[in-house]
Amino acid sequence: MSNQTFTHLDALESEAIHIMREVAAECANPALLFSGGKDSVVLLRLAEKAFRPGRFPFPLLHIDTEHNFPEVIEFRDHRAMELGERLIVRSMEDSIKRGKVVLRSQNQSRNPFQSITLLDAIAEFGFDACIGGARRDEEKARAKERIFSFRDEFGQWDPKNQRPELWSLYNTRTHPGENIRVFPISNWTELDVWEYIAREELEVPSIYFAHWREVIPRDAGLLPVSYLVQPKEGEQVEKIMVRFRTVGDMSCTCPVASQAKNVSEIIAETAMTRITERGATRMDDQTSDASMELRKKEGYF
Amino acid sequence: MDYFNFKNQLSEGSKMSVVGNIGLDRAELLRFIAAGSVDDGKSTLIGRLLHDSKSIFEDQLSSIARTSNKRGMQSVDLSLLTDGLQAEREQGITIDVAYRYFATPKRKFIIADTPGHEQYTRNMVTGASTANLAIILIDARKGVLTQSRRHAYLASLVGIPHLVVAVNKMDLVDYSREVFERICNDFATFAQGLRLRNIEYIPMSALVGDMVVERGDKLAWYEGRALIDLLEDIDIEHDINTDDFRFPVQWVCRPQTEALHDFRGYMGRVESGSIRVGDAVTILPSGLTSRIKEILLYQDSFDDAFAPQSVTLTIEDHLDISRGDMLVKTEEQPKIKKEFTAMLCWLSEQSLDPRRKYIVKHTTRMVKGVVSQIDYRVDVNTLNHETTDSLKMNDIARVVMKVQQPLVCDDYASNRATGSFIMIDETSNNTVAAGMIC
Repeated sequence: MSNQTFTHLDALESEAIHIMREVAAECANPALLFSGGKDSVVLLRLAEKAFRPGRFPFPLLHIDTEHNFPEVIEFRDHRAMELGERLIVRSMEDSIKRGKVVLRSQNQSRNPFQSITLLDAIAEFGFDACIGGARRDEEKARAKERIFSFRDEFGQWDPKNQRPELWSLYNTRTHPGENIRVFPISNWTELDVWEYIAREELEVPSIYFAHWREVIPRDAGLLPVSYLVQPKEGEQVEKIMVRFRTVGDMSCTCPVASQAKNVSEIIAETAMTRITERGATRMDDQTSDASMELRKKEGYF
Repeated sequence: MDYFNFKNQLSEGSKMSVVGNIGLDRAELLRFIAAGSVDDGKSTLIGRLLHDSKSIFEDQLSSIARTSNKRGMQSVDLSLLTDGLQAEREQGITIDVAYRYFATPKRKFIIADTPGHEQYTRNMVTGASTANLAIILIDARKGVLTQSRRHAYLASLVGIPHLVVAVNKMDLVDYSREVFERICNDFATFAQGLRLRNIEYIPMSALVGDMVVERGDKLAWYEGRALIDLLEDIDIEHDINTDDFRFPVQWVCRPQTEALHDFRGYMGRVESGSIRVGDAVTILPSGLTSRIKEILLYQDSFDDAFAPQSVTLTIEDHLDISRGDMLVKTEEQPKIKKEFTAMLCWLSEQSLDPRRKYIVKHTTRMVKGVVSQIDYRVDVNTLNHETTDSLKMNDIARVVMKVQQPLVCDDYASNRATGSFIMIDETSNNTVAAGMIC
């Protein structure tokens, strides 16, 4: 290896590995949030690079809305098994049973309530840091968030009261009950993620690739038909070739029309795309200009 | 002329090729900071770069168009794109640093976008700490102002390797070469007193797009590079110290499995210089020596490693090495100090209490320390030195620090990674100061 071949992906990778090792060394009881989505798939490879031949110095944690695509859950379990690392799953169903989450209907989006289950899991295990796969290019609230993002004992993010983050000297200190969310791929874009997946030949859930699926055109998106989403009166179900750009709650995560059957075709499409990742695929972020900011203040990732 | 009248230009084509293409995985990463206030056209410049590199998405554009419309504006206010949070919109303020991303086929760029109002010092120092380059915006009608001097001083304080002085709004001074040259001279005269190695001057109109991505036809007398060409071409390979190998140990890997019973891997990032298998290394502060046995990362093993690679090192001997220790080449030794002089930028609303101990985080080492003496405070507008017995937010001062255990360090001017530290208040856990060893 020589200086000439140190690319932007190498720089981003090295930064992320450095961040993960800082978490491991300075936080008493961290966890890595693994959803089976592409960003957390990248996190797992970065953790392998950071800690092999050792074990990961943290368990994997998934907050399961139980509205997940079955392909993603299957992939999640398979990947954790392959790595030989501990996977903790905490389900929103438990929070609902305990009365902490009250839904208006079984079929409504569960994304907003993930924070409650996450905070319960943090309290149950005493996690002082959660490593997540959020990126600053996703959304404008994220663009202003630190790599080490401090949360108070209610899990709240205060954008006006963030710790200054200089050089790569991260302040990881917390009081008991407080928590830090750490985003090692903060500086990556959607395109970087796919280029890294290509370079590292990483496996991702099949729903990221173009496939035939029944969808309902509703508002600006294509809603996937499932037991949670059925056509309303007057709506037409269409079967078209689609892929998912994000994987989240089945009731509000929309695929995009696509022919991309492999990673290099996805990279080509991503490079040409004119709509942001969340704009195209998340109904819950379109409700208001500040949706993500509000959810983060309530303890969302 | 309406400086936010972007609408028509947004439909124009651009010469710049789409980010796309798969060749991008060979691109380098450049981080820069844009210094200046909205009045200097900073939002317009960032908007122009994002737009012309096709990094503004349709849904972002339609969202800010809706908001502009709701506020009764005639055209799209592009500053909405860079000022994002509800808390900010309600109060009409901007909250410290936001990060923006765009790419060309040659390079990928990270912009640290810092608002130009109060707390400017704190925000600019934060954004500048990781930057390769700073763009200082100057309004051609106003020339070099106090704030331009302040920006230049802060850029030199934080040791940003490259500085671009963007003389903006040239369309409002008839693209006058005389105006441009006068501003360049004024700036150069002032900058002589600063440690700025590499200053480039560009006349431009971010609104019209002259000399940002396109050259335009109004500035034919200017023979230098347009901004994007400069951002793509500037040599950043030597921004990191390539001479002195510095490897602060982050994490010691001891799997203690049957197959790897004796394996001890020292994990960290090469902060400067380079290392080869077989090189003699000294472990500091203990002073023990050994040789590099392997350079590993996951399934790869390398003959050498260089900054800023994250790797795992093994050495020939069994030594007691832990986090906070530093591996250096035996012939390239840093300093080991319990007392040192530093430039300090105070970041906290709570002022410095000289009687108190603070936590000092330097490389991967945390020690306790005190500010034992304040030599002077710098007035960032005049650069005059003042005496003071405390420091409040946004103050910059030269101080003497005493720490309980020695730090393995270099001067900040020769090594950003081993010359920088932060101070943390033990009670609040807040980061209260940024320091540069001199």
